[in-house]
Amino acid sequence: MRHSATPYLYLLPAFVVYAAFMLYPLVRAGQFSLFDWPGFGPSTFVGFGNYIDLLSDDRFLASISHALILILFYSILPLVIGLVLAAVLRRGSVRGLGFFRVMIFMPQVIALVVVAVAWRQIYSPNGTLNDLLGAIGLGGLARGWLGDPILALPAVGVIGFWLETGLVMLLLLAGMGRISNQLFEAARLDGAGPVREFFAITLPSVRGEITTALVLTIIAALKTFDLVYLTTSGGPGTSTTVPSYEVYNRAFNLKEVGSASAVAIVLTIMVFLINIAVSRIGEERRTPR
Amino acid sequence: MTLRPFNRRFFMAGTAGLAGAAVLSGCAPGSTPTDQPSAPAPSDIATDPASMGDLELVVWDQEVRGSQNDSLVALNKAFQDKYPNITIKRLSQGTDDLKAQVTLALSGNDVPDVVQVNNARGDMGQFVKAGQLVDLSPYATAYKWEERFSPSVLSKVRYSADSTTFGEGNLYGLPQTGEIVGIFYSTKKLESIGGKEPETWDDYFSLLDKAMAAGEQPMVLGNIEKWPALHVYGPLQGYFVAADEVVKLGMGNAGASWTDEPNTAAMDKFQEWGEKKYLGTSPNGLDYDPAWTEFTKGTGVFLPGGSWLGTDMEATMKDDLHFMAPPPSKEGKLATTGGTGIPFSVPAKAKNIDAAAAYIDFITNDDAMQIIADNGGMPVLRTKELAPASGVQKEIFEAFDDVSNNGTLLPYLDYATPSFSDTAGQGLQEVLGAQKTGAEVLKAFEDDYTKFTGA
Repeated sequence: MRHSATPYLYLLPAFVVYAAFMLYPLVRAGQFSLFDWPGFGPSTFVGFGNYIDLLSDDRFLASISHALILILFYSILPLVIGLVLAAVLRRGSVRGLGFFRVMIFMPQVIALVVVAVAWRQIYSPNGTLNDLLGAIGLGGLARGWLGDPILALPAVGVIGFWLETGLVMLLLLAGMGRISNQLFEAARLDGAGPVREFFAITLPSVRGEITTALVLTIIAALKTFDLVYLTTSGGPGTSTTVPSYEVYNRAFNLKEVGSASAVAIVLTIMVFLINIAVSRIGEERRTPR
Repeated sequence: MTLRPFNRRFFMAGTAGLAGAAVLSGCAPGSTPTDQPSAPAPSDIATDPASMGDLELVVWDQEVRGSQNDSLVALNKAFQDKYPNITIKRLSQGTDDLKAQVTLALSGNDVPDVVQVNNARGDMGQFVKAGQLVDLSPYATAYKWEERFSPSVLSKVRYSADSTTFGEGNLYGLPQTGEIVGIFYSTKKLESIGGKEPETWDDYFSLLDKAMAAGEQPMVLGNIEKWPALHVYGPLQGYFVAADEVVKLGMGNAGASWTDEPNTAAMDKFQEWGEKKYLGTSPNGLDYDPAWTEFTKGTGVFLPGGSWLGTDMEATMKDDLHFMAPPPSKEGKLATTGGTGIPFSVPAKAKNIDAAAAYIDFITNDDAMQIIADNGGMPVLRTKELAPASGVQKEIFEAFDDVSNNGTLLPYLDYATPSFSDTAGQGLQEVLGAQKTGAEVLKAFEDDYTKFTGA
C-alpha cells in the first residue's frame, strides 16, 4: 500500500543528516552574525550592524577583491590552459598519454599542507625560483615572492593555478572522450585543420564540462583558506587576505564571532550568486534557439 | 555531465528562510552574564594535596617542544611521586591549537583543572572579563607567591576583576619560565667587520652601517608570520621610549600615546632599517625558522630575537654565537621585550581548584626551577644562580636576570588590546615592505589603542 508521504520518508534520513550538519550551522551562523559576541560569555544584539560595518571595512573589501582576482588564477587560466592541454592530449598523437595525465593531475592528490610547504620553499628569498632566475641571468628579478606587496597575491594565485589545472583538464578530457570520431572525420574531409576542429567541434561539445569546471574552481577560489593561511597569513600587511581567512582571523584571533559570521554569510551569498550566473550562462548556450 | 548545485527558486526560498529563522529564534548566542565568581577566602582553602583524597587533575598545556616538555614531564612525575593520591591527566598540544580549544572549552562545563592561558588581553583578559578564570590571590597569600616572584613578573598575570586594568589587581596565573628578547650575534662576523659587542645603541647603529658597507646583511629577520617583527621593534622602541610609557601602551592601559615624539623616532628608525634593507632584501617573504637557520649558516651579523632560539642555534654555531640584552635606553636603563612563558591558570569551573593551585605552586617553586634548568629551560626565578657554566645560555640567563631585576621587562606589544597582535603585525610588515609610512602605521596603532582604552 502506497502512501503519499512514502517518497519523503525515503528522503528523510538524508535530509536529517543534511539539516543537522549543513542547514542548522548555516542558520546559526546567520544568527550569530546579528550579534556582537566574542565567542563566549554574554552577547549583544546589533541587528545588521556587523554587515553595515563591513561596508566600510577596508580589510574586508580588500579580501573580496583578492578573492575575485584569485578567480582569474583558479578558474580562468586553468580553463584556458586545460582546454589546450586536453585538446592536444585528445588528438592522441602524444606518446605516454597516461603519464602526462597523471603528472598534470598530481597536484590534486597531494595534501594541501605539503603543497603549501613546498611552494613556500620555492618562493623563499633563497628558494628554487630565485635560484632559477639567477641561473638564466635574471637574478635582478629575485625577491621574496610572498613578501612582495604586489606580487604576493599572484604568487598565491599561481599555486592555485597549478592545483586546479589538472582537475579542469581531466574533466574536459572526459567530455572530449565522448565526442564521436565521425564528427572529426567529417570536419577533416571538409578541410578543417586542428584549430578549426577545436572551435567547431571540441569546444561546443564540452560546454557542460566547462560550466562544471568553472563552478568547481570558482568555489575553490572564493573559499580558499588553507593556501593563504599556510603561506602568507594574509600578509604582507593585508595584501593576500581572503574572505575565508578573515572569517578565521575574526573568530579565533580577534574573537569577533559576530563579524566573522557576517563575513561567512556574505561569502556564502557571493559564492551562490556567482555560480548562479555561471550556470545560467552555461545552460543558455546549450539550448538551441 | 553537468553540475547544477541549486536552482534559483530554492536559493531564494533558502535565504528567506535563513533570515526568518535567524530573526525568529530569539535566543542569543552565548550565556547570560554571570556574577563574577567570588574568590574563596584564605581560611577556606586547602593547601595540603595529600589530604585532598584521590582525585584526577586535568592539565592542558602547550609545552610540546624539547626542553619544555622534558621539564614538565619531570615535574609531573615528581608531583605524583610526592602525592600518590593525585593522578595527573595531561593533554599537551601546540600553542595555537590550545588557544583555539581553550576559547571554546572555557565557556562549557567540562573544563580542565589547570590550563595555560596567554597573558594577553585578547586571551587572559577576555577570559577574566567573562568570569572564566579563578582569582588566585588567596592562594598567593597562602603559598607566599608574592615573596617568590618579583612584582614585575606578577604584574603580567594581574588584571582587575572586570579586566579593564592589566598589570594590577587580582592574580590569574603563574609562569614557570622566563623569556627575553635581545640580540644574538656571530663573533666571527662581528670581528670580520672590525667590530666588538656594542655598548650603546649608537654603537649598534654604526655597526649596522659598517656591516652593510662590508657587504654583510646587518640583521636577520624572517617575518612572513607577521609577529617576528615585533621582536625587532620591541627592543628598538625600548631604547627611544620611556619604559613606563611602553608598559602602558603594551598593556593597553590609558595614559600614553603611540604618536608622540619618542615613538615616532623609534618608528622612523625602523622604517629606515626597512628602506636600507638592513633586515635583508625581503624579510616579509622569509619564514621565521629558515631565517634563523640561515643565520647559523653564516648569513648576517646580528639576529634580534628571543631567548628561546638559543638552544637550537648554539647546536650549529657553538661558541661563535653570543647573546646580549639590548644596550641601555635613553633613560639609561635596561629595557627590552620579555617576560615569562605562558602562565598556568585555573578555570572558574574547575573541579579541583585547591589541588590545581597546589600543582601550580609545586611547578613554580624553587625545586621546580632547578628541574627546569636541569632540563634545558630558562627558569623564571633564580635565573642567574641556575645558569649553565658557559656558552650562550649563560649569557641569556644573565641577561634575563639583569633586565628583570635591574631594568624593565617590557610587555609583548600584542598584549595591548584584543586586536593588537593583528594591528601591530600587519603594520610592521607594511612599514618594512614600504607599503605604508611609519606615520600611517603609528596612526593605526594609536587608533587601536585609543579605541580600546577609551571604551
